[in-house]
Amino acid sequence: MAATTQNKPGMVLDEATLIRDDFEKHYWKNIGKRILKDWRLYVMLVPLLLVFLFWRYMPMYELITAFKNSDTTVGVMERDFVGFQHFYNLMFGDASTGFWQAFRNTFVLSFYGLLFGFPMPIIIALFFNEIRSNALRSTLQVAVYLPKFVSLVVITSLTSMLLSGGSTLTGAQPGIVARALMSIGMVPQADAWVGMMSNPGYFRTIYQVTGIWETAGYGSIVYFAAIISISPTSYEAARIDGATKMAQIKHVVLPGILSTITIMLILEVGKLLTVGYEKVLLLYSTDVYSTADVVSTYVFRLAGIEAGAETNQSMGSAADLMNAVVSMLLVVGANTISRKASDTSLY
Amino acid sequence: MKGLSKSEAIFKVVAHTFLIIFALMCLYPFVYAVSAALSGRTAFYTGKVVLFPVDFQLDAFLTIVKTKRFWVSYANTLFVTFYGTIWALVLAIMGAYALSKKRLVFRRAFNFYLVFTMWFSAGLIPQFLNYKATQSIFETVGIMDDKWLVVIAMGMAAYNVVLLRNAFEGVPSEIEEAAIVDGAKEFQLLTKVYVPMSKSAVATVALFFGISRWNGYFWARTMIRNRNEWPLQVYIRDQLEEIAAAEYEATTTYAPNSLIYAMIVCAIIPIIIIYPYIQKYFAAGVNMGGVKE
Repeated sequence: MAATTQNKPGMVLDEATLIRDDFEKHYWKNIGKRILKDWRLYVMLVPLLLVFLFWRYMPMYELITAFKNSDTTVGVMERDFVGFQHFYNLMFGDASTGFWQAFRNTFVLSFYGLLFGFPMPIIIALFFNEIRSNALRSTLQVAVYLPKFVSLVVITSLTSMLLSGGSTLTGAQPGIVARALMSIGMVPQADAWVGMMSNPGYFRTIYQVTGIWETAGYGSIVYFAAIISISPTSYEAARIDGATKMAQIKHVVLPGILSTITIMLILEVGKLLTVGYEKVLLLYSTDVYSTADVVSTYVFRLAGIEAGAETNQSMGSAADLMNAVVSMLLVVGANTISRKASDTSLY
Repeated sequence: MKGLSKSEAIFKVVAHTFLIIFALMCLYPFVYAVSAALSGRTAFYTGKVVLFPVDFQLDAFLTIVKTKRFWVSYANTLFVTFYGTIWALVLAIMGAYALSKKRLVFRRAFNFYLVFTMWFSAGLIPQFLNYKATQSIFETVGIMDDKWLVVIAMGMAAYNVVLLRNAFEGVPSEIEEAAIVDGAKEFQLLTKVYVPMSKSAVATVALFFGISRWNGYFWARTMIRNRNEWPLQVYIRDQLEEIAAAEYEATTTYAPNSLIYAMIVCAIIPIIIIYPYIQKYFAAGVNMGGVKE
């Protein structure tokens, strides 16, 4: 086959072109007829397309506010174009201190999330594979998936109460988890009493630990499925060769689930800049902006959505646009690298 | 542990220990929430509550049960979850069915149109402006209740459509042909053949939609203006802030935090009840959704 292609590349190409041309002619020729024949399918598809048009694509059009002046008294259409002025202000102007702090925090939070949060589901899946008793394994799985189905409001409320500070007024002790951490010496007594939630030094740890608690169990599902589909004979071969458990994991299991890991990693990279703003909003307070404020929450305050004033939509849109474009580039970049290096890609 | 090498045995022990501890950690906050909600004021304040209720009282729960706004928000959440799930599910099923047909003209373009939204989203402010505009359009046509905005405009997810489409593609074409010979049209095909044959995928997607509706917070908080239309999550968060800011008063048998714990318990009870029955679908669902364009 390869030889043929090398000998007569022109011919092969011509055939392919002919087939394609024929197909395309055919494709376009009867298109109206085919659409009419399948009109029921389009009737079923159109509502979904419209929902995406109105509430996913129309917002992209709203990004135009990033290039217009920020006069909110008139509609977006009537405002004048100001070019990249808002981007400039964001990066170098009055808003830049807060913006760069938020930008740095976004990266730190997502980087740590990738570093600690990404391997956890894989480790948990490896561990689940060690449990031979189906009853025990299902019971443990039910328990570790559970936090994923509980709302962020509940999780963050629990977090803030379990880590709350004490009060001399009411005689209240610090929250139970804060006390546990205090008693094993992981948190100084003074910090536990003041409250860990209002201490910028703890925010990142709290964010990551609750994140792992919430998603690591559920995230293991996809890896566990990949691990159990590895053929048992490959383990046997490795065992007969006298490989230790670590060597088996390194040479049998990890290669077996590499494509799953790659896909999940690309997905994660794409989310780098969209760190869960909802969770940050629910967890943070003015005290911890220095480590907690991320681009989305900064934008949220900048635009004054909370206050209802909607003061600076333009600058907010500018930050959103930068966020979206960089995220997109990260996914495409990660995907391209992965496709070149390992033939695994999302699309 | 017969036939295991030393390293394998050690790994097994580590795996069991780790997972059991992790599972207990996953459950503990919820157990503690129940106990804290049922414990007496002093016992709670002095930190005597660790696992089981101390100085048992039911007043915190009774106070919540008697709070009208709590039930109003509970009803709002049920409303949003019920209609929101049906709306999103029906649209997703019909769309996914059409997209699963190879003969659909422009199929690749339509697929790309959906999947693109998974990689590129406009962001907070543009989305907010968009919902604002939608809200005013809804108002001009007479839909004053912002819950409908949450139901109709929010919650659609391309991922779920892809998941359903993959499931429909897996239905053998012979079955479809047999049904067509029997004179079935597209809509009968979908409801009589495809949906019953992809039950677990449909259930999974329904649950994905349902859970995200039940748990939704941010946009409901941002877009629903009337407090009486707030769903449960928004109400709980609001109460948490209110209690944190409240003046200290020693008139109740329970600590103020017990009220929040009681509310949290009430909010997750439905999820805990259905969870054991549904969790197997999730494992299946996640694996079906091999996210390919």
